[in-house]
Amino acid sequence: MKQEIIKILTELRPEFDFSQSTDFIEEGMLDSFDIVALVTALDEKFGISIDGTDILPENFSSAENIETVLRKNGAK
Amino acid sequence: MGLRFTFQNKRISGVLTVLPKREVAFEEEMGNYNFSAAKSMKLKLAMGYNKHRIVDEGTNVSDMCVHGIEHLLNEGLLRKEDISALVLVTQSPEHFMPPTSNIIHGKLGLNTNILCMDINQGCAGFVIGLLQSYMLLEQPSIKKVLLMNADVLSRKVSKRDRNSNPLIGDAACITVVERSVDACVINAIANMDGRGAYALQIPAGGFKMPSTPATAEMKEDESGNFRSLDNLVMKGDEVFNFVQTEIPPMIEELLKISGKAANDIDYYLFHQPNKFMLNKLADKMGIPREKMPSNIVENFGNASGASIPTNISFNLGDNALANIYNVCLSGFGLGLTWTAVEQQLGNLSFNKIVYY
Repeated sequence: MKQEIIKILTELRPEFDFSQSTDFIEEGMLDSFDIVALVTALDEKFGISIDGTDILPENFSSAENIETVLRKNGAK
Repeated sequence: MGLRFTFQNKRISGVLTVLPKREVAFEEEMGNYNFSAAKSMKLKLAMGYNKHRIVDEGTNVSDMCVHGIEHLLNEGLLRKEDISALVLVTQSPEHFMPPTSNIIHGKLGLNTNILCMDINQGCAGFVIGLLQSYMLLEQPSIKKVLLMNADVLSRKVSKRDRNSNPLIGDAACITVVERSVDACVINAIANMDGRGAYALQIPAGGFKMPSTPATAEMKEDESGNFRSLDNLVMKGDEVFNFVQTEIPPMIEELLKISGKAANDIDYYLFHQPNKFMLNKLADKMGIPREKMPSNIVENFGNASGASIPTNISFNLGDNALANIYNVCLSGFGLGLTWTAVEQQLGNLSFNKIVYY
């Protein structure tokens, strides 16, 4: 799942190396509009709908946090 | 638990949406924002950025409202002598004084035995205006209320603000509200939280911070948007989380009061800030997305309190003339305010879009 997440992130912002970052938000790699595009791509890829109340920057600050929110929302 | 309202023997009898003739495509303005083209196209799909209707410089809400009401009068869909109240909900008043509803009254040459009222409300403005209209109709002297939801906020949005400009739209909607002996019970809920009052605002231009050359100076924010203190600004993240947190339990509460299940509602006609927010709401509430239309922003832009009646005109159209639907209307945003009404909607005398 983590590889899929990195792949989607890289498609979204190809100018960054997401595998080397510890905090995508702090390091300015994702803004709120990127998160909207990311959620849309993740929903489509994993066949889920991430709950609106989970769409908080801290849940998308690392691949591990994204994996956690995906699993919470039923991704397998 | 929200503030509850119950009404009997009242109905919406017609909805007219007035849209500006001028249509601007997202691609025409894309160069104003600091998006890459690829990112812009992704957001176009997710947020519903596509095209929006905006007024020409100098067009005000009274122009569009008068155009719409004169259309109804000329088409024989409304008689001047039946109008007892003009309720205008707007954030685009023409002046601090007089009220814009009085200007509309004067332009139309209506009788003087009438009540004119401006309400300063935004995204929840249709439901707030509807509650006010129903309350006025408790008075036997009131025959028909013309509820007008009109805004030309494109004039207050920076063209270089990617947060607001792609989705803003202008519109004026005229909703006729009247008594009906066979109308079903109407249930509604209203909530307000002024602690979030500055989540959406136009900082300058009022008495607290009058507009000056300094307030008109364009400045770049941390996301690369350029706007001045005379422009509309919103904390999009806060508003999104507020909507996702507060709206589902409010609708659940309203349905419980109404004794209805979610499936009993034919359409959830909600205010439409953007497509992404509406789709997330529908998913969270377990409502099929086709029951909660989210196509107003992509076709016309978000015209604040006018988005629900535009939704009614565009998505129900002539079907609302011959049929009756169970609907849930919900407006949320500025204030912060979150409201909802559950009622029947149908057998309308008119439900259409005209252009100004």
